[in-house]
Amino acid sequence: MISANLSAVFYLISGILFILALRGLSSPDTSRQGNYFGIAGMVIAIIVTFLSVGNFSTSLIYVIIFLVIGGAIGAFIAFKIPMTAMPELVAGFHSLVGLAAVFVAIAAYLNPEAFNLGTTSNIKLASLIEMSIGAAVGAITFSGSIIAFLKLRGIMSGSPITFKGQHFLNLILGIGIFVLIFYLCKTQLDNIFWTLIAISFLVGILLIIPIGGADMPVVISMLNSYSGWAAAGIGFTLENTALIITGALVGSSGAILSYIMCKAMNRSFVSVILGGFGADNSSDDKKDKEDQKPVKSGNAEDAAFLMKNASSVIIVPGYGMAVAQAQHALREMVDKLKKNDIKVTYAIHPVAGRMPGHMNVLLAEANVPYDEVFELEDINNDFANSDVAFVIGANDVTNPVAKTDPKSPIFGMPVLDVEKCKSVLFVKRSLSPGYAGIDNELFYKDNTLMLFADAKKMTEDIVKNLD
Amino acid sequence: MEIDPFIFRLSIFILSIFIGYYVVWSVTPSLHTPLMSVTNAISSVIIVGAIIAALAGSSENIFNTSSTFGFIAIILAAINIFGGFLVTQRMLQMYKKKKGKK
Repeated sequence: MISANLSAVFYLISGILFILALRGLSSPDTSRQGNYFGIAGMVIAIIVTFLSVGNFSTSLIYVIIFLVIGGAIGAFIAFKIPMTAMPELVAGFHSLVGLAAVFVAIAAYLNPEAFNLGTTSNIKLASLIEMSIGAAVGAITFSGSIIAFLKLRGIMSGSPITFKGQHFLNLILGIGIFVLIFYLCKTQLDNIFWTLIAISFLVGILLIIPIGGADMPVVISMLNSYSGWAAAGIGFTLENTALIITGALVGSSGAILSYIMCKAMNRSFVSVILGGFGADNSSDDKKDKEDQKPVKSGNAEDAAFLMKNASSVIIVPGYGMAVAQAQHALREMVDKLKKNDIKVTYAIHPVAGRMPGHMNVLLAEANVPYDEVFELEDINNDFANSDVAFVIGANDVTNPVAKTDPKSPIFGMPVLDVEKCKSVLFVKRSLSPGYAGIDNELFYKDNTLMLFADAKKMTEDIVKNLD
Repeated sequence: MEIDPFIFRLSIFILSIFIGYYVVWSVTPSLHTPLMSVTNAISSVIIVGAIIAALAGSSENIFNTSSTFGFIAIILAAINIFGGFLVTQRMLQMYKKKKGKK
């Protein structure tokens, strides 16, 4: 048994190690060391908790057994998961943090003595408020992340689900949560606590169902942020510095990522949350227009020829590459091009894929050196001086309409200046509009060659033709 | 008059938000996915609360209602801790390999 002061010092140390873990991610070279700091911080926090409780009865054995079971499941998932499934894995993990926060809050509510929060039905006011907030935010994180997971996994349709009075209902429920917390503090009735948690679960579901597939980068970041605030809420209840520091770090991290993602789409956070983007499908109308406009389409041979005679190629990957798992074939193609002394770089739009940094991880998996991969603002000027742009699985992020047509829903969104390249190769399965539901002008440009095929298959065919 | 300890915790909280703000802005965009998985792992330090709840069961009744919630929370948080750190490590490892090869 160690004193409360000593354990507080150790919790502070583990909080600092978590800060260093995030700090390490400022460059790939220091990132692994950062991860070790994070692990060390976690080990310290867990050991100190054992020592400070000082209860070495049979309960401890069970705690260790449960820890090992959870650890084994986690390790199994971590080694088995394909890199293309990272977005749903992260969403799934968020839901676990949320649920763990709810359960800890419930445990603290049922047995406040164990946490020094007063006695049952006579919990300290401040603690009660903190644990209600922790439980409510945790419950929202849990059910919201489950919906995000189902959407990303494709079990649930990625299209937005909207109904009349949706926002009004959310508003009522949101106010309801605060009213319930107020009455819980006054009466300390168990039923109010359970109702609070149930309504929070409902709010989480209602909050995420109207948000469509391509807004997922924002949603995942937002849920990341929520899981942090939930942890911080519990941290205040437990009076634990490590949890408070971590909650604040994770909360602000998720908030910043949401901000970056919103900015990359030129959309306000509020409009993403309200959802419904890309819902109106006037696809029939669009089909007619497509038929009228001429499109140049080619095959793998044409593409190989074009690239072989180029001196610089920029690759623009998008979500389609992840779906088709084309990253390894792509890397093979790039290797062949490099052998012919062609300069190849990668251009990544911040919202390409379904989560922040999604494309970077896939390219890293395919052994693409990270110094060949550039962000939008670093590479956008290079398109004008390059021979070929190879767009694989990206769509809306290359649409010049965002720069020219103020009426377009994506007007003002920063896009990659792909059309400035001498020629554009656009790998796509069909002419269907992208997620935003708008036609891509790029398809009809004179210097664009459409390659209609599955991204992986097309890339493999090009590789064959490059020999 | 004495300052309520809550105010100290609030100070830590607010200052940590600022630290988080500056640290996260300096994270390179190519590592945003590992950033999410590692924040996931560290937010599972909530396991501290789960352990306290689980160990609070009496010796005659290890699994009372409150401690059972604690035990389940331990499993959930442990999945996250091991899964989060290991998958982050796996991703970061991929960012290394290429450097060596080049």
